[in-house]
Amino acid sequence: MAEFTLPKNSKIRTGKTHPKPATSKKPKTFKIYRWSPDDGQTPSIDTYEIDLANCGPMVLDALLHIKNDIDQTLTLRRSCREGICGSCAMNIDGMNTLACTKAIDEIDGDVKINPLPHMPVIKDLIPDLTHVYAQLTSIEPWMKTQSSPPSRERLQSPEERAKLDGLYECILCFCCSTSCPSYWWSGDRYLGPAILLQAYRWIADSRDEATGERLDNLEDPFRLYRCHTIMNCTTTCPKGLNPAKAIAEIKKLMVVRR
Amino acid sequence: MATENTSTPTVGTGRPLSPHLQIYRWHLSMVLSIVHRATGVALAGGLLLFSWWILALASGPEAFAHLRGFIGSPFGLFLLLGWTWSLFFHLANGIRHLIWDTGAALDLPSVKTGGVIVLVLSVLLTAVAWATVYVL
Repeated sequence: MAEFTLPKNSKIRTGKTHPKPATSKKPKTFKIYRWSPDDGQTPSIDTYEIDLANCGPMVLDALLHIKNDIDQTLTLRRSCREGICGSCAMNIDGMNTLACTKAIDEIDGDVKINPLPHMPVIKDLIPDLTHVYAQLTSIEPWMKTQSSPPSRERLQSPEERAKLDGLYECILCFCCSTSCPSYWWSGDRYLGPAILLQAYRWIADSRDEATGERLDNLEDPFRLYRCHTIMNCTTTCPKGLNPAKAIAEIKKLMVVRR
Repeated sequence: MATENTSTPTVGTGRPLSPHLQIYRWHLSMVLSIVHRATGVALAGGLLLFSWWILALASGPEAFAHLRGFIGSPFGLFLLLGWTWSLFFHLANGIRHLIWDTGAALDLPSVKTGGVIVLVLSVLLTAVAWATVYVL
């Protein structure tokens, strides 16, 4: 059964406020989720009043400005700062996206930042991704073949290759899976949009020879069919991909092969 | 910490669960999705009202008059209106789901347009149904 409220240890209290500098040319308030495993307290929302004149245009710039100049204890994942590594995925202004490609200007009022929703928190904005990675492993995201290897590459026509467009670009940031209410309530058994898009990426690949086996693995009331086309995944994807469409295509293949 | 919910991924870890429904921004397709389920439940509940109507009809004039008294009351009319709208919303959105099942109209602009069409259609069909009843 779905549990709509937060467990007792996850309830959020109001935390510290870091007031704005004496002179602030372009003030903006950031309200950021904080939790540390070390102090025995429940999570809090800390308030940081910063001067945008001191940092770059993206939400990640502001977070790093806070970490560098205001509060070094703020903890987050980041790497490429250009939307290709997927590390800084988080919930910004109510939607999951990448902090590095989300402009502060796009947000009216206070900037509210939380970790990816309905995930175990390791610290502050860092969710525990162990389970989603295990789910990714379960769909065996690599090319599987029975035929003997050719003496050169396995060839693909431009049309066959085009079928992978909109699939191969996924950076596994898990914005989509953690935006999905179905995944919130049944994530233990439902694979979620990110993993299903990956599954379809291999099903759609003309060089892969394990389509039947892959579909067998997904033929399950939970793994595939917990998708109810809520469309949060496609709405939130920072790369503009369409996991809902990939899931619909898998469901179609299930019907076709009956 | 302990909860019966096995799908909550933090059980036994000592870690908090990050906020979800509490902080997620609602948008049209998310609202219509939960309304689709709610109207489905409402339709099932409405079947009770319908069964009562059939039973009252079979039980004779007194029982039927009692039912008409209830249905004619403001609360009864409100239930009936809600049931009619639920029926048309669930019907229209159900057709939208059938279209999605073919793999069509899953891009964001179509999803938005489809949602608006379903909403307008559900209100329109409800109005037509009630107008027809009152005219007859």
